[in-house]
Amino acid sequence: MAEAYAEEVHQHEEPTGFIRKYIFSLDHKVIGKQYYFLALFSVFVGMILSWLIRIHLVWPNAHIWGLDKLSSVGAPGGAMTPEYYLSLLTLHGTLMVFFVLTTAPQSGFGNYFLPIQIGAEDMAFPRLNMLSFWVTFLGLAVLVSTFFVTDGPPIAGWTSYPPLSAVGSSSGPGEGLGQDLWVISIALFCIGSLLAALNFIATTLELRARGMSLMRMPLTCWSWFITAILGLLSFAVLFAACVLLFLDRVGGTSFFIPGGLIVSGKVMNHSGGSPLLWQHLFWFFGHPEVYIAILPGMGVTSHILSCFSRKPIFGYKVMAYSIMAIGFLSFTVWGHHMFVSGMSPYTAFTFSIFTMAIGVPSAIKTFNWLGTLWGGRIRYTTPMLFAMGFVSLFVTGGLSGLFLAQPPLDVYLHATYFVIGHFHLVMGVAAIFGIFAGTYFWFPKMFGRMMSETLGKIHFWATFIGVYCIFMPMHFLGIAGNPRRYSMFTDNFLVPLMPVHKFMTIAALLTGAAQFIFLFNLFWSVFKGEKAPANPWQATSLEWSIPSPPPFDNFGGKHPVVYHDPYEYGVPGASKDFIMQDSPEIVAASGD
Amino acid sequence: MATTLTPPKPAAPPIDARFHGHGNGSGRNGFGGSDGGPHRQYSEGAVPERVYLTGIWLTIAGIAMLFAAFTSAMVVRRGISFDWVDTQLPHVLYFNTLVLFASSLTVERARQSLAAARGVQFARWLYGTLVLAFGFLAGQLLAWQQLVARGVYVSTNPSSSFFYLLTAAHGLHLLGGIAALCYLAFHSKKIARQLSKRVAVDATVVYWHFMDGLWIYILVLLAVRF
Repeated sequence: MAEAYAEEVHQHEEPTGFIRKYIFSLDHKVIGKQYYFLALFSVFVGMILSWLIRIHLVWPNAHIWGLDKLSSVGAPGGAMTPEYYLSLLTLHGTLMVFFVLTTAPQSGFGNYFLPIQIGAEDMAFPRLNMLSFWVTFLGLAVLVSTFFVTDGPPIAGWTSYPPLSAVGSSSGPGEGLGQDLWVISIALFCIGSLLAALNFIATTLELRARGMSLMRMPLTCWSWFITAILGLLSFAVLFAACVLLFLDRVGGTSFFIPGGLIVSGKVMNHSGGSPLLWQHLFWFFGHPEVYIAILPGMGVTSHILSCFSRKPIFGYKVMAYSIMAIGFLSFTVWGHHMFVSGMSPYTAFTFSIFTMAIGVPSAIKTFNWLGTLWGGRIRYTTPMLFAMGFVSLFVTGGLSGLFLAQPPLDVYLHATYFVIGHFHLVMGVAAIFGIFAGTYFWFPKMFGRMMSETLGKIHFWATFIGVYCIFMPMHFLGIAGNPRRYSMFTDNFLVPLMPVHKFMTIAALLTGAAQFIFLFNLFWSVFKGEKAPANPWQATSLEWSIPSPPPFDNFGGKHPVVYHDPYEYGVPGASKDFIMQDSPEIVAASGD
Repeated sequence: MATTLTPPKPAAPPIDARFHGHGNGSGRNGFGGSDGGPHRQYSEGAVPERVYLTGIWLTIAGIAMLFAAFTSAMVVRRGISFDWVDTQLPHVLYFNTLVLFASSLTVERARQSLAAARGVQFARWLYGTLVLAFGFLAGQLLAWQQLVARGVYVSTNPSSSFFYLLTAAHGLHLLGGIAALCYLAFHSKKIARQLSKRVAVDATVVYWHFMDGLWIYILVLLAVRF
């Protein structure tokens, strides 16, 4: 029967045709790469949009070459209108949050490495896996298509608050077809993410190899597993919200649109809806989403810090429980995004307490990372640098979260650059560092070649210094009262802050340029990199027990049996300074 | 000197001793990675069942969250404004409920017939379930038609918006169940012969019962006046 199961569920024959091998593939490794390259495309589009945004902020009348070709209405002669600024802002946020931060660390690396790290040949439902990718791809295609519709992309931001997002084209450019497409795109993304989440959970629960108990899984697997649970529970809610918003837009319903609303001098034919209802539904998804973006980065960081410190991860069980605690608490804090919405102070107090409670498991993780580094024989490889950079950014960005978690402070800082600085560091750049760390670490396994360490280190230092130059000043700007979402800073109190903005823009341009070093390193190494051995990092988890790149069925027809915990580095009495999980080597337990 | 903070466990005993000879040593065999001591033992057939059933339970969790979000929106929307006018439910909905409930009974009889190796009856009960399922959907469309005849549309009132939304969302998910029932009915002979296919029946039955329960929940939500 087990054979019958394998035949039906997993052992799809290795395809030979190009289409089935690389396009509509059932192989989790190919699908993982597809997700990765989808995110890579999105991140570069999103980054170029951020360049345009930053350039417009400091040189609002600049004529940007080629921009008028993209939208003659939004950028006549190449000079961006304030509305087009908001359109690009919306697409930057949407691309980055959904199609990069949610996609690469979870669906990209998770798809590729979860089955291998737990000793499986594929995901539990390969066809569903393929479907989730192509639905996500369709979502991206729909989103990108908003560039090419008559009135351009929507202007309502990645959070798409109604009534702006709900009342239609009369509320501004992009709020007609562009906003419709945005809703469809996100609804498609939700479907793709739900299918993927289901697959990840079933795979983790059911397809672990012999000996691979939950508490022997690498922390990467724990983070993908908990992230998938968050995705299953939260994307369903965002999907519901998208359905309601779409009905308000095209069905004449009044879920989110209040009565008596006047837009552009016209009374809207709606009554009694609540814009706050959208905010509750959106942020019930939105806060777990922050952890959907960052948890996989935490897993990768734990994995890499242990490997390159040549020490077991400090407090494995506590690390796993902390991931669970963060996942649970993430569903209790959505109200902290709404402190200025007029909520009862008692409700705000409750959300505030839960928000600060997340600091406990987060601090545990941070101290355990430091404990892992302490006394280790650290190898400063590129993935290690990015993992250490992750810890730095997570701490820096996380600390400002404690400010924002307090309602009285948030009332002042809300909708200022302080918030942008906070979430870019803790959710955006930290997660991106997790992606970079994972890329440099797993590239040899994925492509069978090594990336250039020299280029990698140049990339790291340029990016690490660059992101601090971009995002740290935002905190000071926020404290100075600099509002976000303004397309120009012409008010008297903002003009003196312009030199800071210019500094940040120049830093953004240079840091962005440094990403092309990464891009070159990535593609050059795919073809010209040094051939990678099976285990170039002397790591312990199962992916390093198989050739680089792995064979079609991962373990070449063998079935791994796991004997060891995932981070057996520096084991006294062992023949090497690491013991692989599937090694039957017996080592007597000993301390220092 | 580096220390090990998680002392390595002794290597595992031989596979045969640990796993009592079940499975084929495959990483696919769903042993769940126990790490020593007495192990869970599964019948060979339990392996595929578990994966599919886990999948269907996770699907149910996702759908439950979707309807929880709709419910939450409905409760809030009803509570915050003064424009809510309850929509009088068409009586045919109660008849539809009986039809769907009957379909849950017939699909359960189909599963029992399969377990008793009565392949012909298995197919008959499946076809009976399909007839009832399509009957339910037809009844739901009739309810919509009756509301339209009364001049109650999606945008007429928030309560009618939620009525159409919830019944449509339930109907669409039910179509998924109908697709699965069609698959089972068309392959009923093969399923009756192949034990490994029976998990598809179990998964479909679980889903169908959930659809039944979900509809009763929706009906109560729509019918109860707060």
